Amino acid sequence: MLEIKDLHVRYGGIRAVQGVSMSIPHGSIVTLIGANGAGKSSIIRSVAGLNKTITGQIDFRRHQGEQAVSLLGLKPEDMVRQGIALSPEGRRILPHLTVRENLLLGAYFRNDKAGIDADMEWVYSLFPRLQERSWQKGGTLSGGEQQMLAVGRALMSRPDLLMLDEPSLGLAPLLVREIFEIIKKINQDGKTVLLVEQNAFAALSIASYAYILEVGRVVLEGPGRELLENPRVKEAYLGG
Amino acid sequence: MRLTRNTCLSIAAILLFGIALWQCESFLGDYQIYIAKLIFINIILALSLNLIYGFTGLFSLGHAGFIAVGAYISALCILPPAQKEMMWILEPIIWPVSDLFTPFWVSVLAGGVFAGVFAFFIAVPVLKLGDDYLGMATLAFAEIIRVLIVNATPVTNGSLGIKGIPNHATLIVCYAWAIFTLIFLARLVYSNFGNVLRCIRDNEIAASVMGINVFHYKVLSFCIGAFFAGIGGGLLGSHLSTIDPKMFNFLLTFNVLMFVVAGGLGSLTGSILGATVITILLEWLRAIEEPMNLGFVELPGIPGMRMVVFSVVLLAIILKRREGIMGTREITWNRIFAFFKRGRA
Repeated sequence: MLEIKDLHVRYGGIRAVQGVSMSIPHGSIVTLIGANGAGKSSIIRSVAGLNKTITGQIDFRRHQGEQAVSLLGLKPEDMVRQGIALSPEGRRILPHLTVRENLLLGAYFRNDKAGIDADMEWVYSLFPRLQERSWQKGGTLSGGEQQMLAVGRALMSRPDLLMLDEPSLGLAPLLVREIFEIIKKINQDGKTVLLVEQNAFAALSIASYAYILEVGRVVLEGPGRELLENPRVKEAYLGG
Repeated sequence: MRLTRNTCLSIAAILLFGIALWQCESFLGDYQIYIAKLIFINIILALSLNLIYGFTGLFSLGHAGFIAVGAYISALCILPPAQKEMMWILEPIIWPVSDLFTPFWVSVLAGGVFAGVFAFFIAVPVLKLGDDYLGMATLAFAEIIRVLIVNATPVTNGSLGIKGIPNHATLIVCYAWAIFTLIFLARLVYSNFGNVLRCIRDNEIAASVMGINVFHYKVLSFCIGAFFAGIGGGLLGSHLSTIDPKMFNFLLTFNVLMFVVAGGLGSLTGSILGATVITILLEWLRAIEEPMNLGFVELPGIPGMRMVVFSVVLLAIILKRREGIMGTREITWNRIFAFFKRGRA
């Protein structure tokens, strides 16, 4: 679905990503793991069109067997129309709008009222708590609920590829498990997921494939379960 | 538009208030009418800046420039050609402007449209900037507009300004334009368009990953705000009957900004309250600039004293009630009813 080849990202003189290649097949959950500054967010932001100083190749194929399109040079607002949604780091929900309005803005570019209603139902069934609070202002939600709202909002654009930037950031362990269960469910409902995480254990347990990044390079890759058993990963990311 | 209870109430209130004003006009003194008109004009200006700053989050300090454009265009449209011929003594007035003569409402609209077009040309380069830098750049553009007006003598009569503008802006006319502005902006801001603007204000990145063309909406909001600033400017020129480039300096922007911040960023009714209260206060505080006799000492009048008092009041607002009178809330019929129900219970 998504092919990244030899991606370089620079911020001024800093080379945040140096020649990363990866591929995300249809229907998979692929995760990017690494410490702070490893370049995880830079990659996901490049795919979303938020980084301008990048070189390399990013090709996207919305449906299997289609001609691939290059995402380089597309603006962030064009990405959702391609079928790519990003739930950005730090949630970035809209505090002064209600939960419902937040979700509706996620479907901002769509005109099919029936489809939007159906997706709203689907999001509410994934996150029943959002339905309970649908008239509450986004800013009054708890951290976990805000994260759910951010994920739900990304889903409202009916993407085929869902990119999540650190969905577990700042959440209690119990909530982390809940969010990851839901990510699994979203994947089973037919969405391909690209997940950026620091919580390596949680991410690897649901990922079908994982890439481990260190200072802008892929140092290790493999199926999620396999990496979970890998001694090097255990030592560096899972606490021995 | 469906006729719900609240729309009926709003229409009734607008008409009743209009009739009341119409009656007032005959027995209010000139000075009171002058202030009342100024209040309505200031409301228009405050609402227009609130769209740009309060709802879209663009820190624009260029409002005086747009007001100036509106005032000049409108004045040129309603001055009789003969009067223009006489007044331009530095350099003769050039053609299309010299023969221009339109009804008042056309002139005001033209002022708005020109201000909007000006805003568009400014917006495209300037809105790439954010926050404080945007403030600086718009401030600079407002000054550029002012300098242009000073130097475009064949069109604007340069630094002499324009005098004797026919006073078509009656109380009812100002009221009608203020109501038009309010209804237009209320419909705009409390629709999906408004949600998009608030989304951009709260989080630009979130807005863009949701598929919103942020730049497009910023430019649109900026131009609509400038359009209404131009309309306010047109009315202001006709109301004061004299305009000159010095009027439209930074202080004018600052005044409008004060209405908006005091009323509440992101609240239309707040802007109305802010503009009303501050306009009245500014007039009322003139008293302290007069020479005062305290019985034992005679204080000479200090010009500018009211601005000192005002600054102190503003400082107090900023320190104690940062969100302004209304915050982002609105006065709506539902709230009013809820308030009275609570009062009875």
